[in-house]
Amino acid sequence: MAEEVKLMKGNEAIAHAAIRYGADGYFGYPITPQSEIMETLMEEKPWETTGMVVLQAESEVAAINMVYGGAGCGKAVMTSSSSPGVSLKQEGISYMAGAELPCLIVNVMRGGPGLGTIQPSQADYFQTVKGGGHGDYRLITLAPASVQEMADFVKLGFDLAFKYRNPAIILADGVIGQMMEKVVLPPFQPRLTEVEIRQARPWATQGKPAGRKRNVITSLELDPARMEENNLRFQAKYREIEKHEVRYEELDCTDADYLMVAFGSMARICQKTQEMAAAEGIKIGLLRPITLWPFPTEAIAGYADKVKGILVPELNAGQMIEDVRLAVNGRVKVEHFGRLGGIVPTPDEVLNAIKEKLM
Amino acid sequence: MDTKDIIKPENLVYSKPRLLNDNPMHYCPGCSHGVVHKLIAEVIDEMGMEEQTIGVAPVGCAVFAYNYIDIDWQEAAHGRAPAIATAIKRLNPDKLVFTYQGDGDLAAIGTAETIHACNRGENIAIIFINNGIYGMTGGQMAPTTLEGMVTSTCPYGRNVDLYGYPLKISDLVAKLDGSCYVTRQSVHTAAAVKKAKKAIRQAFENSMAKKGASLVEIVSTCASGWKMLPENANKWMEEHMFAKYPLGDLKNE
Amino acid sequence: MAKVKGTVVVNNERCKGCNLCVVACPADVLALQPKEVNDKGYHYAYMKNPDNCIGCASCGYVCPDGCISVYKVKL
Repeated sequence: MAEEVKLMKGNEAIAHAAIRYGADGYFGYPITPQSEIMETLMEEKPWETTGMVVLQAESEVAAINMVYGGAGCGKAVMTSSSSPGVSLKQEGISYMAGAELPCLIVNVMRGGPGLGTIQPSQADYFQTVKGGGHGDYRLITLAPASVQEMADFVKLGFDLAFKYRNPAIILADGVIGQMMEKVVLPPFQPRLTEVEIRQARPWATQGKPAGRKRNVITSLELDPARMEENNLRFQAKYREIEKHEVRYEELDCTDADYLMVAFGSMARICQKTQEMAAAEGIKIGLLRPITLWPFPTEAIAGYADKVKGILVPELNAGQMIEDVRLAVNGRVKVEHFGRLGGIVPTPDEVLNAIKEKLM
Repeated sequence: MDTKDIIKPENLVYSKPRLLNDNPMHYCPGCSHGVVHKLIAEVIDEMGMEEQTIGVAPVGCAVFAYNYIDIDWQEAAHGRAPAIATAIKRLNPDKLVFTYQGDGDLAAIGTAETIHACNRGENIAIIFINNGIYGMTGGQMAPTTLEGMVTSTCPYGRNVDLYGYPLKISDLVAKLDGSCYVTRQSVHTAAAVKKAKKAIRQAFENSMAKKGASLVEIVSTCASGWKMLPENANKWMEEHMFAKYPLGDLKNE
Repeated sequence: MAKVKGTVVVNNERCKGCNLCVVACPADVLALQPKEVNDKGYHYAYMKNPDNCIGCASCGYVCPDGCISVYKVKL
């Protein structure tokens, strides 16, 4: 059968992909610019087809804790929000990281701080990859740059979350959430049955059969020796993820004199910048991190001795640039270009920044 | 007749419930939590629901409830137990799902989760321990602290002009269309314990029958927090707590 | 003479000496050990007047720590 190509918003693609993945539940709270995710789910009524539960919670705090409850039962559950709402979810995210619960979170970023703006932004990079909530934990962070990736990263995010028993987050921005593009939706896959969950996820709270110890989902451990053990286990897991799950894309990087490192919608703008530069005879490569954590540190480090300078264009005041600088460790000049407060720059602004800051 | 002749399995009329394990409980001497734990363990066992029950523990003194009742548990963030239970029950409609929460957890930080879970008519049972104080953190003022009652954060007594009034949250929940059963019980006498057990059983049966949200408030003591001997705490509870939080059904539909 | 005879077995190590069983007993059977303590230092409950026990289990119901077992026979 030929692939079915559809035209839809990134937010809508998330919703359709979740149903097709066989997600068990979605718990959300309305906030611009991502409300289409829950609206699409409600429109599609998956509880009548796949049995997926869709519930509008009383707050983002309640929604993320519903995700905790569902995830604790071994179910594939998710939530979505935008920056101010994701701030509210940090409590639950930290608890899930501490309780080693898999789930999928979607943040369609808008400009901040505070209530900020409803326009696109990438200013939640720090919050997402450096912690956000309290404690030493990491979130598997996927940064889509197209509606197709919005759809594809639902499965990828869930699969990684379950593989490592860790929350995963799709860090999109208002551009990717709102724009319409062609998308090939993934095939339907069935939801797991209770028997399958009990087998595949023996840690899940599904009710204690005689003969197995009770399962307890908790992030609490008052004994410092055991709490350190827990933390060391988390860190070992994070090192595994860093070793195996780094994803990035390189565009025209071979023989490039300059490199741009950009993610999400900013990376798309940079592709146009590359074209404009090429027309002027300037060779600029583009490295697009797909996983923001784990970060493509080694790949970027590899360019330190090959290019004359690196520009990190972001829809923020300079966040990912810190990780790029750590990667090259002073061996090459790394400069930032950013627009703030919901402004999306033009490709020639980026090109001008390269000329001014690196040439 | 010698006691040795009486102590035989066939003569046993009361003992620790099977689902309450041998872990020594961390609660202070005379704490009401232990009695309520026993009742929950007994009811789950008598309903034959051991393999189908998921409890949600709070933050507060009962944070370690999962160490004592031998079923599957999830430990909630402070106040979020009703949200967590909502998802567990929605995703597993045939399981027995209950929360166990104190007054700070349920009636202060978790007020929104409590009200909205009950208002949605979630098919969960909420066991609510109201002792008018934050026990775990050392006896601070709770939303349910009585007027004039001394705590470590209202050392001159709760002044309602400054701190507002004791919150009768069960009365609020009883007014919601989504709640089916709201009752206030205690566990300070054998008779009260038997009634409280019946209430917990009914709440659990409501969860299974998908009748809506049930809330069983247990008016309780906190001997340590109140700085009294356990037996005096019981008397103080009868004289003061019951006046503000009278026992009995608030709603039974 | 009573028509029933009961007896109480206290799990000494679980007992925290809260005295609630002593108060709950209608037959003045129980008391806290005046001197002896368990490993945690609590004066645990014991049958001071075992002959009085009617096996009503009131002590068991109110015991917060589940340390009481009650047995009863009809005479």
